[in-house]
Amino acid sequence: MEVVSKRTDRRSFLNYLLGTGIGAAVVSFFYPVIKFLIPPRIAEAPTSSVVAAKVGEVAPNTGKVFRFGSKPGILINGPDGSLRAYSATCTHLDCIVQYRPDMQNIWCACHNGRYDLNGLNIAGPPPRPLEVYDVRTRSGEIVVSKKGG
Amino acid sequence: MLRSLSQRTWNWLDERLNLDELIAHAKEKTVPIHKHTLWYYLGGMTAFLFFVQVVTGILLLLYYRPSSDNAFESVQFIMTEVHFGWLVRSVHSWGANLMIAAAFAHMFSVYFLRAYRKPRELTWVTGILFLFIALTFGFSGYLLPWNELSFFATKVGTEIAGVIPLVGHFLKRFLRGGEDVTGATLTRFFGWHVAMLPAAAAMLLMAHLFMVQRLGMSSPEESTDGADNPSHGKTMLFFPNFLLRDLVGWLIALGILGALAAIYPWELGVKADPFASAPANIKPEWYFVFMFQTLKILPAKILFMDGEVLGILAFGLAGLVGLLVPFLDTQSGPNRTSLIFTVLGVVALVYMVAMTVIAYI
Amino acid sequence: MLKRTTAFLYIGALFWLLSSVYSQPRGKDSCVECHQKMDGELQEPAKKITNDIHYLRGLSCYNCHGGDPSSDDMEVAMDPKKGYIGKPKPTDIPQLCGKCHSNADFMRDYNPSLRVDQLNEYGTSRHGKLLARGDTKVAVCSSCHGAHGIRKASDPQSSVYPKNVVNTCTKCHANPQYMRGHNIPTNQKMKYMDSVHSKALFGKGDLSAPTCNSCHGNHGASPPGLSSIAAICGQCHASQYEYFIASPHKKAFKQGGLPECATCHDNHGIKSPSDSMLGTQTESLCINCHSQGDKGFNAANKMRDRIELLKARLEQSEIVLNRAERAGMEVSREKFDLIEGKNKLIKARVLIHAFNPNEIEKITNEGLAISVSTQKAGERAMGDLQFRRKGLAVSLIIIFLVVITLYMKIRQIERVASRPDEA
Repeated sequence: MEVVSKRTDRRSFLNYLLGTGIGAAVVSFFYPVIKFLIPPRIAEAPTSSVVAAKVGEVAPNTGKVFRFGSKPGILINGPDGSLRAYSATCTHLDCIVQYRPDMQNIWCACHNGRYDLNGLNIAGPPPRPLEVYDVRTRSGEIVVSKKGG
Repeated sequence: MLRSLSQRTWNWLDERLNLDELIAHAKEKTVPIHKHTLWYYLGGMTAFLFFVQVVTGILLLLYYRPSSDNAFESVQFIMTEVHFGWLVRSVHSWGANLMIAAAFAHMFSVYFLRAYRKPRELTWVTGILFLFIALTFGFSGYLLPWNELSFFATKVGTEIAGVIPLVGHFLKRFLRGGEDVTGATLTRFFGWHVAMLPAAAAMLLMAHLFMVQRLGMSSPEESTDGADNPSHGKTMLFFPNFLLRDLVGWLIALGILGALAAIYPWELGVKADPFASAPANIKPEWYFVFMFQTLKILPAKILFMDGEVLGILAFGLAGLVGLLVPFLDTQSGPNRTSLIFTVLGVVALVYMVAMTVIAYI
Repeated sequence: MLKRTTAFLYIGALFWLLSSVYSQPRGKDSCVECHQKMDGELQEPAKKITNDIHYLRGLSCYNCHGGDPSSDDMEVAMDPKKGYIGKPKPTDIPQLCGKCHSNADFMRDYNPSLRVDQLNEYGTSRHGKLLARGDTKVAVCSSCHGAHGIRKASDPQSSVYPKNVVNTCTKCHANPQYMRGHNIPTNQKMKYMDSVHSKALFGKGDLSAPTCNSCHGNHGASPPGLSSIAAICGQCHASQYEYFIASPHKKAFKQGGLPECATCHDNHGIKSPSDSMLGTQTESLCINCHSQGDKGFNAANKMRDRIELLKARLEQSEIVLNRAERAGMEVSREKFDLIEGKNKLIKARVLIHAFNPNEIEKITNEGLAISVSTQKAGERAMGDLQFRRKGLAVSLIIIFLVVITLYMKIRQIERVASRPDEA
C-alpha cells in the first residue's frame, strides 16, 4: 500500500512537471507567433518610391543626396525652383555626383563629368545620361519614385 | 473542481459525438516493435514538418507581396521590420528542406522494408505523389523571394522542362506564364504555392493517413493476407506510447529548426535583375541537384538522341517506376523479397547521393 | 540564320538610303573607271576611294589631283594643262587639304559645324614647324588620315578613331630608325599601353579615356610646356588641378623645372595611384625631394598616417557590418553611410594634391566619425543577434526539459504496463 502511494506521488509529480513543461514550450512557440501578428512600426515595405526630403528643406539652386534603397539619388531644386531627381551614380565610373550651383548643373568630381538639369551628359567622360526619377510632393514631403514604378 | 469541470465537458461532448468509441479504437491501435521500429517515426516527422510549413506559410502571407516590384522588398521587410519575421521566414525555409529530407528518408525506409506490399499499394502511391508535390512546393517557393539565385534557378529549371519532346515548349510557357521568367511567373508560382499545392497536399495527406489508420502499421515479417498478426511479435500501443515518442521527435525537430533559424538565418540574397547576366555556379536546391548534375555531365548526343532530352525522359521514367513499384514488384511476398528491387533501390539511393556529392565538391 | 539574312537586308537598305541622300548625281569619272581595271599600286586608290568620306559626299579624284574626268583619253584626262598635278609632294599636302578645309564658305555646304582651323593649328604644331624648315619626315594630313580611304573620325575603321590613334601616331614614333635624328624617345607606346588610361580605353572600351591627341592636341600636336601639364590633366582631373595650382608645389616645381603632375605620376606610363606613393617609406615619392626633418617630410608622414588610419577604420566598420548582414541583420542604412565614409577617403586622396596636412586632417576626421557611427551600429546589430541566441537558448532549455520528462513519462507508462497487476 505504501509502495503504491509513493509511486502515485511520483506519477503525479511527473504529470505536473510534464504539464508545466509543455505549457512553457507552448508559450515559447506562440510568443513569436503573436508578436509576428502585431503590425510592425513601419506599415509596409518601401519599394519603388522614397521620401527624399521635406518640402522647403532643399533651397532653390541647391541639391541633396538621398538614399534610394541602397543606392544614392540626388534631388535638385533648380534655379527656377523646379524639383528634379536623378540617380546620383555617375555613369562613367560610379562616383557620386553633386549639384554645382555655380555651374547650374550636375557635376562629378572624379573626372570632371557634367550633366545638365535633364540628366543629359554634356561634358567630360560620362557615356550615358543619369537615370531620371519622378518627383511628387505629398503632404509636405518630397517623394521620389522610379519612372513607371 | 477543475477536474470535475473538464469531466463534465468531456461527458457533454461524449454524449453527442460518442468520443469514447474513438478512444477505444485509438487504444487498440498498436505499433510493431522490432529492430526497424525507428523508421516508423519518419512518416510522423514528415507530417509534423508539413504542419509547421502550413503554419509559418500562413503567417508569411500576412506580409508577403507577390509581384516582381514588391516581392523582394516585402521579404526583406519581413526579415527586418516584422517582429520575429526573421524567425518565421527562416523556419519556413529550413522547414521545407527538413520536410523534403524526412520525406525522402521515409520513402526509402518504406521501400527497403517492403511496406508497399499488398494491401498497402495505394498508401505508397499517395506517398510518392505527396513527395512529388513537396518537390513542386520547393521549386515554386524558391522563386518567391525574387532574388538573383532563385530567379536564375527558375530560369534554368523551366528551361529544362522546355526540352521535353513535343510538349516541352508548351510546358515551359505554361510554367513561366509567358516566354520568359517575369513577374507573371512569380504570380503563378505564388498561386500554386499557396493555393493549389496545399489543397492537393492536404487531400493526399488525408488519404495517406486514412489508409495508414485503416491498414495499421506494416511489419517486415507480416503475412500478406492483410490482417495484422500481433502474435508474430512484440507491439506497443500507439496511444500514448508511440505518440509520446513522436512528440519527443517533433520537439527535437522544432528545436533544430529554431537553432538553424537563429544561427544560420536563411539568406535574403540580392534582388533579381532580369537583365543581369547569370551568376556563376547556379545550383538548384539540393534535392534537385542530382538531376541537375546528371544533365550537366550527359554528352550532347547519345546515339541519335539529344543527351539532355534522354536524361529528362529517363528521370520521368524513373519517377513513373517509383510510383508503380508495388505493382511491378510481384516477387515480394511473405518473408520473401525480390533481389531485383533491392538492387534497384540501392542503385537509386547510391546514384542520388553520389551525384549530389559530386555537384558540391 | 534567318536573323542574319534579315540583318544584312537592313544594313543594305540603310546603305542604299544613305548613299541616295549623300551622293549627288555623278557625272562621268574616267579616273575611277580606268584605275579600277588596273592592278596593284595603281588600282589601290580607286578601290579605297569608294569608302572615302569625300567620295561619298560627291567629290572625286580630280578635286585633289586635278585633270579632266570626262575624257576616256588618258592623255587628255591627265593633262597638266587641265590642272593635273599627279602625286602631290608631302610638303604640298597641308596646303592642298587646306584649300577646302580652311575655307569656311566651302565647308559650310558639306559640314557646317566642322572646324576650319586645322591648317592654322598644323602650322603651330611640332610637325608643321619642322615641315616649314624643310624636314619632310614629319607627319602631314595624309600621314594620319590616310590619302584615299579617309573616314570620319567617329568611324571605328578610321585611323584617327580614339582606339586607333595610338597605332597611327606610333607608326613613326615607336620606330627608332625613323625617329633617328629627332632626339626624342620612342618608348611612349610601350609606356602608354601599360598605363591606367590605355586600360580604360582598350580594357573597358571607355572612349573618353585619353589617348595621344587628348593631351598633345591633334592638328597642333606638340609636347606640352612644363607649366601647362597640370592644366591639361585638369581637363578631367579638375579637383586635383585646383588643389595643385593653389599648392606650394606649383611654384616649387616651376622653379625646379619639374613637369607638374608627371613629376610623380609619369607622363605616358601613368599608373593607377596607390597610397604608398605618399609618405616617407622607401617606395614613397615624397622622399625624392624631401628629407628627414624638413617641413615637407613631416607633412608627408602626417598625411599618409591620416589616410592609413581612415582606411583601417573603414575596413573595420565594413567587417562588422558584413558580419551583421551575413547574420541576417538589417544594416543597409549603415552600409549606405559607409559609402559616404569611403567617399571621404577618396576625397582625402584627391586633397593630397593641396599638400596641406591640416586639410587632410579635417576631411579624414569627417570620415572617421562615419566609421565610428557605422561600427557602433554594426555592433548594436550583433547585440540584437545575441538577443536572438538568448531566446533560442531559453526555448532549447524548455524543449530539453520537456523531452526529459516525456522520456521519464514513457518509461513510467511502460513499467506500469509490464506489471498489469499493479496498475
